[in-house]
Amino acid sequence: MSEMYRAGEHPDLPPPVETSGVRRWLRANLFSSVLSSLTTLVLAGFILWILKSALIWGMLEADFFGASFRDCASAGACWAVASARFPQYWFGFFYPSAQYWRPLLAFALLSVAVAPWLSESIKYRRELKIFSLFYPLIALLLLYGGAGLAIVETDRWGGFLLTLVIGVVGIVASLPIGILLALGRRSEMPVVRTLCVVFIEIVRGVPLITVLFTASVLLPLFLPDGMSFNKLLRVLIMVSLFASAYMAEIVRGGLAAIPPGQEEAARAMGLGYWQTMGLIVLPQALRIVIPGIVSSFIGLFKDTSLVAIVGLYDLLGLTQAILKETGWMGVKIEAYVFIGAIFWICCFSMSRYAKHLEEKLKRGHV
Amino acid sequence: MSDGMETEQGPEAAAIVLRGVHKWYGQFHVLKNIDLTVQNGERIVICGPSGSGKSTLIRCINRLEEHQQGEILVEGIKLTDDLKRIDEIRSEVGMVFQQFNLFPHKTILENCALAPIRVRKMPRKDAEELAMQYLERVKIPEQADKYPAQLSGGQQQRVAIARALCMNPRIMLFDEPTSALDPEMIKEVLDVMIELAEEGMTMIVVTHEMGFARTVADRIIFMDGGEIIEDAPPQKFFEAPESERTKEFLAQIL
Ligand SMILES: Nc1ncnc2c1ncn2[C@@H]1O[C@H](COP(=O)(O)OP(=O)(O)OP(=O)(O)O)[C@@H](O)[C@H]1O
Ligand SMILES: [Mg+2]
Repeated sequence: MSEMYRAGEHPDLPPPVETSGVRRWLRANLFSSVLSSLTTLVLAGFILWILKSALIWGMLEADFFGASFRDCASAGACWAVASARFPQYWFGFFYPSAQYWRPLLAFALLSVAVAPWLSESIKYRRELKIFSLFYPLIALLLLYGGAGLAIVETDRWGGFLLTLVIGVVGIVASLPIGILLALGRRSEMPVVRTLCVVFIEIVRGVPLITVLFTASVLLPLFLPDGMSFNKLLRVLIMVSLFASAYMAEIVRGGLAAIPPGQEEAARAMGLGYWQTMGLIVLPQALRIVIPGIVSSFIGLFKDTSLVAIVGLYDLLGLTQAILKETGWMGVKIEAYVFIGAIFWICCFSMSRYAKHLEEKLKRGHV
Repeated sequence: MSDGMETEQGPEAAAIVLRGVHKWYGQFHVLKNIDLTVQNGERIVICGPSGSGKSTLIRCINRLEEHQQGEILVEGIKLTDDLKRIDEIRSEVGMVFQQFNLFPHKTILENCALAPIRVRKMPRKDAEELAMQYLERVKIPEQADKYPAQLSGGQQQRVAIARALCMNPRIMLFDEPTSALDPEMIKEVLDVMIELAEEGMTMIVVTHEMGFARTVADRIIFMDGGEIIEDAPPQKFFEAPESERTKEFLAQIL
């Protein structure tokens, strides 16, 4: 280190050894002292033991196929409860099996419609975005029917299909409504502001279950005959409004973080209110609160399971119904583990995507 | 006074007229009976101690703040609650802020082309050409594709000036454009402003750069406690101010 270089002649040197590498990491994080080494060993043993038990229960001694609980003779898990009813977990008890291609196509097109919003580098992004605007109509046509396709009433929808419909509608509706509520809450017009505050605070003070109950049980009693409308639609509206109130508060946090000078500069150039919000303030504000927004999406997606309580056969409602059948008496945890895994995959993907997005934005500017 | 449009006739129609303007923040009386006329092509420098209402005054001119009494006419158009008129006036009056207020999520070029595209409805290509022209004028065309955070303070402020100029404003308002800058960057911004003044732009500049005021200003205004205390050409302002308070202020900053 004592070599002398003249200015401008200093060569690029390799970093000092041991600043990187597995051994250094292990030493720093797991074996930095006697106590930490001990903790590491105990925890590692515990984790291995859990993994081993899970492997034996879930794989080695498990039964994967069968028509009822009686076919599950081994000591381990009875995955037959998932495999025997596999299609029903996806589409519900009553969705006609001859029409399964329709929800399948709708799932496939959903990934096409979502892609241009998630990835900037995708080909035909513009065209795909336009397609995504029409997607709700296409999905409705596929799932419900009409225009030559046999009608499948919404009370026949179930399983993952229903969970996804409620989750996606809730997510897609809550963001714009939440943004409008957040802007309304900051509005200079007292009436708008008061309405938004009252709505947000009422919704945030009430559990989703009570909102769903009100929508599905009480509302029909108050409405005159013939005015009652589709149960799924009521649930969709309630879930969306509910999620919007939370979204509004998240967005408001983002808005508060943007210096007032941004809005002033935009207004001073002659941009109108909506242009200022849409082009200058919201893009920055939403970027800041992406983690909050995605958390809210994930919460919403999991909360869809509450609709089981008002008698919809979403993943959870369907599972509960299957477990009540005489053939599956005695099975419990396997079915819940199975749908838990489905939820986990969906939510974990959202969370990973948000992380990726945050890192991309961090690498960018701002 | 009638609301809505009211146009001052005659060839000497002033760029900006304030008559008996008062403003309050709650109970606090920030602007007191302001009378001020700025002719087309005039360069006005406003100075005064902190909190004297300088920012508030120029922010009233493009209605970032609302005044409660008196009247303000910009290019003959009276400022009222009519939102359309306000946006119209704002698109004719450029403003440069102490904190630059560039849009951090847009590139330099996008910052400059935004208002011409959205407000003037100019085609994107033309707007970007225009933006490049003004970026050349403030001598940073090579930064066009960068983001504001990648530029120095002086460069950012020059972009802010170019951005305002892209709207082809008849009047430019500057609120302490060099106060947030490191000393070595102040000159590059002042040079751009001097050039602009030489081209005959109507300018109102809040600044404590007295060298700039001396060379560029047609009139210097001294404000204190929400009032205009002194309004004089530079020579008289520096050598024979009328008010004691102006003398004290000058003694402090010179
Ligand atoms: N939004 C506001 N609400 C209440 N008071 C305000 C508001 N904005 C400014 N003020 C007060 O009004 C007075 C004048 O403010 P202004 O910003 O116009 O002063 P200034 O002369 O520009 O000062 P500086 O040199 O510090 O920029 C100050 O006392 C300030 O505290
Ligand atoms: Mg100020």
